Amino acid sequence: MYRYDEFDEAFVRNRVAEFREQVERRIDGSLTEDEFKPLRLKNGVYLQLHAYMLRVAIPYGTLNSRQMRQLALVAERFDKGYGHFTTRQNIQFNWPRLKDIPDILDTLADVGMHAIQTSGNCIRNVTADHFAGAAADEIEDPRPTAELLRQWSTDHPEFQYLPRKFKIAITGAPNDRAVTKAHDIGLRMVRDAAGQPGYEVIVGGGLGRTPMVGKTVREFLPKDDLLPYLEAILQVYNLSGRRDNKYKARIKILVHETGLEDLKAEIETAFIRQKRDFPGVPAELVAAIEEAFAPPLFDNTRSLAFEQAQAANPALRSFVETNVAEHKNPAYSIVSVSLKPVGGTPGDASAEQMRVLADLAERYGHDELRISHEQNVILPHVRKADIPAVYAALREAGLATANIGLVSDIIACPGMDYCALATARSIPVAQAISKRFDELKLEREIGPLKIKISGCINACGHHHVGHIGILGLDKAGRENYQITLGGDGTETATIGERTGPGFDAGDLVPAIEAIIGTYLDLREDASETFLAAYRRLGADPFKHAIYGEQKDEVRAA
Amino acid sequence: MARDYKPQIVTANDLFEGDAVYFTASNNWSRDHGDAIVAYSRDAAEKILSAANAQQDKVVGPYLAETVMGDDHRPQPVHFREVFRTRGPSNYFHGKQAGA
Repeated sequence: MYRYDEFDEAFVRNRVAEFREQVERRIDGSLTEDEFKPLRLKNGVYLQLHAYMLRVAIPYGTLNSRQMRQLALVAERFDKGYGHFTTRQNIQFNWPRLKDIPDILDTLADVGMHAIQTSGNCIRNVTADHFAGAAADEIEDPRPTAELLRQWSTDHPEFQYLPRKFKIAITGAPNDRAVTKAHDIGLRMVRDAAGQPGYEVIVGGGLGRTPMVGKTVREFLPKDDLLPYLEAILQVYNLSGRRDNKYKARIKILVHETGLEDLKAEIETAFIRQKRDFPGVPAELVAAIEEAFAPPLFDNTRSLAFEQAQAANPALRSFVETNVAEHKNPAYSIVSVSLKPVGGTPGDASAEQMRVLADLAERYGHDELRISHEQNVILPHVRKADIPAVYAALREAGLATANIGLVSDIIACPGMDYCALATARSIPVAQAISKRFDELKLEREIGPLKIKISGCINACGHHHVGHIGILGLDKAGRENYQITLGGDGTETATIGERTGPGFDAGDLVPAIEAIIGTYLDLREDASETFLAAYRRLGADPFKHAIYGEQKDEVRAA
Repeated sequence: MARDYKPQIVTANDLFEGDAVYFTASNNWSRDHGDAIVAYSRDAAEKILSAANAQQDKVVGPYLAETVMGDDHRPQPVHFREVFRTRGPSNYFHGKQAGA
């Protein structure tokens, strides 16, 4: 994987030293909070309900065992012994003391990590397909592009004061695991007629209070044109994006208000100018980045050990069914490690678990780990013959939950258990749902189902693109939850539809159960997924199940 | 006391630890909601808030929050958000409730 060069190293160290001084000046009273707040946010430091929070970037969700061990060290030395992996492929530490944060940042800098551009109105951490470089369906590993974008966007002087934050996601595969259509810019690798890889460029996607599916501004962009084209989009946005209203400042509103065709024309005009002045990315830089992401040396020895172990161990077989995905090398698999144990906090990992994951990556995984936006950890390159050993080690560490893609593999934002912006809690909702479906023993029967929960309208929990989405609100001093159905975050992206009035916490799990029960009753057979059944049946039978006759009458009236 | 006025306290986050603190009658900060000084009028609330705001070297973001008197004659939080702030996260037992 990419290793920081001297420039990156010096840049990160200088930022830590600068921030150390800023913290000292805040503590000694030379800086007021109004002066300090934008400075701390530029270094990933938020103030939440119960403590400060430090958000650390994990560029495109990729890290090695040394970095994972360092995260474990930070969790233990400076926090409460755990970290929280987020829907932006980052990690958040929920309990740092202000005075310790510069030391934490130095500790992270030791392994090439930082918290730069994890907040503020700039280009944020670029996210990518968590199966990148391993997936069987991939055209190319998108991470060399993601790394190029990281270098280009870091401290880019023109794009430090955008109208609002700006998120870019990239995938190299036709099956979109990176939710590219819900980002300010989504890049999907495609091939042109001559078979050359390039990008489909999607703009104006986003969730939040005005959810929108991104629109394609360029069907095919040659790879060499990527930076000038992105600069063109950002220039148009920087100049024309709204700054009068924070809630209308994202590029999705600009796309909506300007219209795709007009905006496209503006972007293309800016692109011609940018391209003319663009010297091109130096070939040696491109080569160095590509070299850093060269596939590991795979061991192609085939073995029957994996099949035999599965035949002998039903628990392993069940784990393989859900948590193991096809690798581009037939002797290998991609192993997803669920951070969603029954009743647990989605995305939390203890320092001890982080170390186990680091050890497994080192021993069995070509030293690579990924964080998914679904708040799980991936071992992208595991030899099939090693899966039984990996599974046994995961089991010992409480990390073998076999539920990837199932009802209890829930995305949940931190909600009002941690977040100062939240209007209701989301983690306890996820805990209650996973416990209930564990009691019912229906998870496998239900099959693929994505439940996503946000504790406020900002939608960090991606509820709009959940097959079942849950949004927690404050309704006259009570936590109340709205349900949306039919959302989809993949290449067939769809914003879910609200069922109707929300539910108080006590009524929510029964409502979710009724929705899923309706699906089980009405599906054609077990091969028809929840989402497929919802698309065929529409919302009515599900609404009926949760609101009953009364709701039908109201609508008829 | 104006008839429509609901009693309020001033709360903030501690500058160093970041945890919830409450402004007290001795012009200081306590980690116990029950120690908070209660404003029974708009004028009193403004006065307390302005005194709290003068302590930027100790806390971040002081604000007024509604309160009611408990059976022990000490102020209790009203809104669920403020109740959570007195305890810590509810996903598992840690934070303030664990005496950390």
